[in-house]
Amino acid sequence: MTIDLRTTHVEPLRRNFDHIAARIGDDKPASRYQEGVWGLQPAVNFHYRPTWDPAHELYDPTRTAIVMRDFDDFVDPRQYYYGTWTMQRARQQESQEKNFEFVEKRGLLAALDDAWRVKLVELVLPLRHVAWAGNTNNASICAYGFGAPLTSAAAMQMMDELGVAQYLSRAGLLLADNEPRFLDDAKRVWMTAPMWQPLRAAVELSMTIADWFELFVAQNLVIDGLVHPLVFDRFDRRLAAAGGAGFSLLNEFVVDWYAESSRWVDAMVKLAAAESADNAARIVTWTSDWRARIVAALAPLAEYGFGPDGTATLAEVDAGLVARAARLGVALEG
Amino acid sequence: MAKKLGLKERYALMTRGLDWEPSYQPLDKLFPYDSYEGIVIKDWDAWADPFRLTMDAYWKYQAEKERKLYAILDAFQQNNGQLNLSDARYLSAVKLWLQGVTPLEYAAHRGFAHAGRAFRGAGARIACQMQSIDELRHAQTQLHAFSHYNKFFSGFHNFAHMRDRAWYLSIPKSFFEDAMTAGPFEFVTSISFAFEYVLTNLLFMPFVSGAAYNGDMATTTFGFSAQSDESRHMTLGLEVVKFMLEQHEDNVPIVQAWLDKWFWRGYRLLGLVGTMMDYMLPKKVMSWQEAWGIYWEENGVALFHDLARYGIRLPKHHEVAAKEKNRLTHEMWTVLYQYGNALGLHTWVPNDEELDWMSEKYGELFTSMYRPRLLHLRELEQRGERFFNNRLPMVCQVCQIPVFYTEPDDPHVQCVRIVEAAGTKHHCCSDGCADIFNREPMKYVQALIPPQQIYRGEAGGARDIFEYGAWLHLERDVDTGEYRGSPDQRHWQAWQQQHKATPADAA
Ligand SMILES: [Fe+2]
Ligand SMILES: [Fe+2]
Ligand SMILES: [Zn+2]
Repeated sequence: MTIDLRTTHVEPLRRNFDHIAARIGDDKPASRYQEGVWGLQPAVNFHYRPTWDPAHELYDPTRTAIVMRDFDDFVDPRQYYYGTWTMQRARQQESQEKNFEFVEKRGLLAALDDAWRVKLVELVLPLRHVAWAGNTNNASICAYGFGAPLTSAAAMQMMDELGVAQYLSRAGLLLADNEPRFLDDAKRVWMTAPMWQPLRAAVELSMTIADWFELFVAQNLVIDGLVHPLVFDRFDRRLAAAGGAGFSLLNEFVVDWYAESSRWVDAMVKLAAAESADNAARIVTWTSDWRARIVAALAPLAEYGFGPDGTATLAEVDAGLVARAARLGVALEG
Repeated sequence: MAKKLGLKERYALMTRGLDWEPSYQPLDKLFPYDSYEGIVIKDWDAWADPFRLTMDAYWKYQAEKERKLYAILDAFQQNNGQLNLSDARYLSAVKLWLQGVTPLEYAAHRGFAHAGRAFRGAGARIACQMQSIDELRHAQTQLHAFSHYNKFFSGFHNFAHMRDRAWYLSIPKSFFEDAMTAGPFEFVTSISFAFEYVLTNLLFMPFVSGAAYNGDMATTTFGFSAQSDESRHMTLGLEVVKFMLEQHEDNVPIVQAWLDKWFWRGYRLLGLVGTMMDYMLPKKVMSWQEAWGIYWEENGVALFHDLARYGIRLPKHHEVAAKEKNRLTHEMWTVLYQYGNALGLHTWVPNDEELDWMSEKYGELFTSMYRPRLLHLRELEQRGERFFNNRLPMVCQVCQIPVFYTEPDDPHVQCVRIVEAAGTKHHCCSDGCADIFNREPMKYVQALIPPQQIYRGEAGGARDIFEYGAWLHLERDVDTGEYRGSPDQRHWQAWQQQHKATPADAA
């Protein structure tokens, strides 16, 4: 027997869990995002010190120099909990899939001459390794960071970076009729070509950063914040002009993801900087430090990609980062 | 024309050579956490990725599942699906789950992020990362499912506060923190293998089937939806253990010691689940004794026999678990029942029909020993003298369960083992826990023992169990205590009656 339960009126006793009500009251129910992240990380009474880091508690706010009254304030402007995140990515994946088919069927990259194709292989495809480092670094932020709102979004960023690495791999495969030769070429230049070594050294250095918020700034604000505009915007335009318009279609996911995830990155940095002058000063130091390192590392790549316009193009991208940081309350020297 | 790629080949190509041997930093500086446990890995490339899922495929599958899951949760909430439960007593199981198990899903999310960063092998890292994000899914879908119950019943509202403080929730919390504070190899051995691969059916089967059987659509839905994730996690568990065993023979004794430890720790934790099966489900699915027989004594043991070729033997003290299987849950329920004033769930004496079921399932020992005890408790309650023990129990230094289980060979004698470290004595509930303590005494002396915290005034200065309950944000006799006469029961009866009076019901 099934009963039509809709006809029964049942008065709720409360709307929210106590820890959620403490933040937003009990008048209206929390969103699934709020319910899914606030208070999720255990707060006290940790039983044992980590054998891998006995100087800290299992969850420990002092793994970063950033000080917050409440790390649960780091809410994601995209309001991603697992369900909304994965459904959004699945939609993007579907559209990206169509793009791959379209480019392949129409032979859109056939018009690209060999010189440009080599440039594409040597300048764009090695970025799959940079994205791979982005994956590893965001795993650190998720593992050692503090507070479920920020660390859960870092876990999504970790998987997204893996997705970026794989989409770039797929573009490389498509260029070579599903043979891995361009991926192997790209790896070779990443490992040995002098123009890539400064960036590789910087990326390897980023993987040793102990302070997870510094790592957040280095990876998500500076490395991605310079590399993506330089390559997936500026270089992509050059490529399009040279008959490689199909390539933009292969990177739609990467471009959309970067724009979207930047909203999250910006909100985190802005909030931390606004919390205190000390925080802001540290973020300025980290950003300046990494900006100098990455801009220098990108110089030979800009020259390779843009020839005589390399310096100016990189300067433009760098100015973009300075302006972006300024909007976040992080004043860098111009 | 481009050649078509199979799923496996496509995965291999898309992740091909993504990682690299660093030139500018020592490898040990990039991966500082995966060597100190003594596990020797000669060749990380021998790691066979158990999932072979690219992100695009992952998003596609997972999004389909999420869409269905949330559609059902929405309908459940709109239609007051909670009224379809077998009985509101059932919710004690769900409360225990939200307070004790959902936090473990979150802990798994963070623990696998650590493992997903710590291993220098790229394949192992990706597998752990994927599990990390899956476990976030489990924590969040459970919260979203249980959130509706919180609106209508007690015991749910303060779970986040209790999770970190309540004496009985120290059992699951210390279990997972033990694993997370170990190195990454021990972590995946404990969680992926011992817990998810060997013992998971004992957690999943009673809980999800029990939910379905008791009309809990919300739990059934996330439970079944999580099952395909779990099968991936189990594969990872088996893969990682075989990988360690195949890489070097020196790994075998280390892995064996971990299996001994995590079998026992997992088994002790599952005592709570068994009690849920036998006592908290108004409609029973299977007794703990039967479940232990099928899922451990048949399946688990067969698995260990498979591992014998690597030199792995059955975990220590498995025979004790066999001896305890006809009393574990009855002893545990007696404890929960008497400390009901410091629990965020209700307890009760089972009705006659349930007692008959237990007699049938558990036979002579139950009928001669536990049944009379339960009947005596019922008698007291009917006289208006519901029995509560308002003194705090002494708990095991390792598993944190009150020291009340009985000797493996004598159900009439309480089992206590004294261990010593740095000149201080500690209590353990069993030889299994004493062994764990003695192997790493400096770890277990750190454990926070809630009753001792209370005596030291670290529970808000609580002087008795009621003040302690208040410190846990438990409302006395609403969240706590006896089910019969509780607000949950009164509301339930009123809603059921109102429900019967509605015309739709008559149809
Ligand atoms: Fe899970
Ligand atoms: Fe799992
Ligand atoms: Zn114990």
